[in-house]
Amino acid sequence: MPSHAETLPPDAPPPRLELRGITKRFPGCLANDHVDLVLQPGEIHALLGENGAGKSTLVKMIYGVLHPDSGTMLWQGAETTVPDPAGARRLGIGMVFQHFSLFDTLTVTENIALGLDNAGPMDQLAGRIREVSERYGLALDPGRHVFHLSVGERQRVEIVRCLLQDPKLLIMDEPTSVLTPQEAAKLFETLRVLAAEGCTILYISHKLEEIRALCSRATVLRAGKVVGAADPRQETARSLAEMMMGAELFTPERPPQSAAGAARLSVRHLSTTSDNPFATNLKDVSFEVRAGEILGIAGVAGNGQAELMAALSGEVLLADAGAVVIEGTSAGHLGPRARRELGLAFVPEERLGRGAVPELSLSENALLSGYAREPLVRGGMVHFARARAYAETIIRGFNVVAHGHRAEARSLSGGNLQKFIIGREILQKPKLLVVGQPTWGVDAGAAAAIHKALIDLARSGAAVLVISQDLDELFVLSDRISVLFHGRLSDSRPTHETTVERIGLLMGGLFGTPPDEDGEITRAV
Amino acid sequence: MSFIRLEPRGQASKTMVYVTPLLAVALTLLSGFILFMAMGFDPLKALYAFFVAPLTSVRGLGELVVKATPLVLCAVGLAIGFRANVWNIGAEGQLTLGAITGGGLALAFYGEGGWWLLPLMVIGGAIGGAAWAAVPAYLRLRFNASEILTSLMLNYVALLLLNYLVHGPYRDPDGFAFPESRLFEADATLPILWAGTRVHLGALFALLAVAGGWLLIARTFIGFQIKVIGLTPAAAGYAGFDQKRIVWLTLLLSGALAGIAGMGEIAGPIGQITASISPGYGYTAIIVAFLGRLHPVGILLAALLMALSFIGGEAAQIAMGLPKAITGVFQGMLLFFLLASDVLIRYRVRFGARRAVA
Repeated sequence: MPSHAETLPPDAPPPRLELRGITKRFPGCLANDHVDLVLQPGEIHALLGENGAGKSTLVKMIYGVLHPDSGTMLWQGAETTVPDPAGARRLGIGMVFQHFSLFDTLTVTENIALGLDNAGPMDQLAGRIREVSERYGLALDPGRHVFHLSVGERQRVEIVRCLLQDPKLLIMDEPTSVLTPQEAAKLFETLRVLAAEGCTILYISHKLEEIRALCSRATVLRAGKVVGAADPRQETARSLAEMMMGAELFTPERPPQSAAGAARLSVRHLSTTSDNPFATNLKDVSFEVRAGEILGIAGVAGNGQAELMAALSGEVLLADAGAVVIEGTSAGHLGPRARRELGLAFVPEERLGRGAVPELSLSENALLSGYAREPLVRGGMVHFARARAYAETIIRGFNVVAHGHRAEARSLSGGNLQKFIIGREILQKPKLLVVGQPTWGVDAGAAAAIHKALIDLARSGAAVLVISQDLDELFVLSDRISVLFHGRLSDSRPTHETTVERIGLLMGGLFGTPPDEDGEITRAV
Repeated sequence: MSFIRLEPRGQASKTMVYVTPLLAVALTLLSGFILFMAMGFDPLKALYAFFVAPLTSVRGLGELVVKATPLVLCAVGLAIGFRANVWNIGAEGQLTLGAITGGGLALAFYGEGGWWLLPLMVIGGAIGGAAWAAVPAYLRLRFNASEILTSLMLNYVALLLLNYLVHGPYRDPDGFAFPESRLFEADATLPILWAGTRVHLGALFALLAVAGGWLLIARTFIGFQIKVIGLTPAAAGYAGFDQKRIVWLTLLLSGALAGIAGMGEIAGPIGQITASISPGYGYTAIIVAFLGRLHPVGILLAALLMALSFIGGEAAQIAMGLPKAITGVFQGMLLFFLLASDVLIRYRVRFGARRAVA
């Protein structure tokens, strides 16, 4: 991979993009404080920082979604302003967002045409899509409807849409958070080809190992300021994380599991049907979680995780009462409250808007699920003093940074809100805890604290089920790992007997024919 | 890059929640001033006749309470539903049904009443209103039909039913075929609380509704569930709150309160069942609920203000020959300005073009 960053000849062309002293203020927060950034042609440049460090704000200003309060932007040496995203595209800036903006019921070509400023006739466009996708190894059929596509393929649609406009700068926001390791590896190949052709890539990710493999330079933001630059290839993931946090990273350890206890959760031949044509139905899913262990369920989003979570929490009732058994009681017909009374606690994937009510205070949010197992309601009346005390206990016990129990849930950062929700569930002393995406979008420090809390809970005798897309996390936490793909669940494997690669293959759908013991990949993904 | 911009606030302004109703009242008065001037009336005199003169006599103050009573009863019930995203627009019909059932009891026991008749009428009115509200509740939960439409349409059905009854079964046999029932006996009439006015026991019911509504919203676990369902239905599902139960509860409760209001009208100021028992209390109560910020105490104040617009309209009509429609115009302007100025809770106004990028 060529890198022009360090060895520029004196008559080198001007940088592709240079930011000088960019400042952006939102009500109550300085999102970017005199940020300087230089991007050279053909480099893959990482933008690092914890949540709230100002990464998204910065790239949104480059792409014209937001406008800086002050500072200068130079595009290929000339001062410029980017009034809106269309203006950014005219300059040659493309962006692939973390959340896709595709219409499920339209074809690939139709979706791409909607996002182009000058789409031209559809059949010509389809030809161009085919051409670009072949050139960069982004297999894509222009005539397919988007709802047929996997998440990885959907991302390719977004990337091809950008590439059709011959970008000179491509911004990618957390591109691999929804990909299997193999899909991510393919994406990296494409990005390297692009960079070799002279396209600059600005790459935002939480996954530090990826950045070490892919990027030649990194700029680190903390609290809106540039706090450092590094060559990621010379750093370790740990040292990068510590640059982002400005503090030492502590790694939770998973003590060996003592003998597994009784099954606290048994799922037997669970199948679901949904009215929603875009839902993924579960097909004959069976597994057990035993006292004292953590079972991890891996899988790319959209493979049935949401349906499995709803079936376990009781938000969707099941036809077969015996499909979900909690502590020996058939719970398929029981709602969330009755399941909580059996000992279930639950952390949903959506923190704000399901796990917590954004507009309510932390003490009211403590009551939200705490009412079932804590004495917070008496004779139909809310015991507000106890709810406050419970919230304070959570805030203290889990180091939640917040302005006390009166703070609205939405005023907390993602990591602190997640600590609060996990604390609220754990302090109810559950016999069984189900957690979806425990640290998605949570910064490294909070993630380590959450991991430690989950491990401690399991080692104190509870059963813990973690459903996550983050393989690194599952390998830190789990005693056993299963994979969910197209609504089917693989057999579980003890974590120490498997590898990220094998789980990655299962996430890509290689079921039934387990990779042989030498770890040789016998079929293409 | 316009000259006036709205800029999002970091968080909702607590002050503005209380300021915007006052701002809406001020803007309504200002618009009324301009409107009266355009119509060729002396605006100050007209506003005085409308908003001040009615408050200068004991009788006027009494009328204020009489008109506010049904508004409070209806609006407290509606507000509890609105908090849970249950949009009952049918208070007018539920009020009418309360009058039909409560009044029907008065007629059924005509001449053989006793102390027990009034409590029976209150219960009967409540059941009538609740039954009318049960229809939209069932339709929403069974067929996912919007309660906004069904409850609204049932208002007209209720009115036609009332018309049929006063022309038929309820008609006074000695009434020369006028579409009215007999005048109720003393046993079926609510006692007067304030001599010299028409303020009746219903006013006490309204105050009880305010206190009870506050207790429900602010202190009970049901009230907490209503709040969560209204703000974030997915979180309510996660917490295991039974949303169907809340739809039933809020609709039955608001129907019952509206029914009591209707029963209070015919057993209070009207004293019989006629074809027109409400000048639109059930609709005005929607404005009252929002103007009062869906809070029972706020509703009490808002109901007094809207009651003033009813009697002020009548007074101005008599004193200055203003058209009767002016009442509706003022009520409409008030809701319009309130909804418009509510944007200030989440946004602040900034003057001047956006600063260009340096």
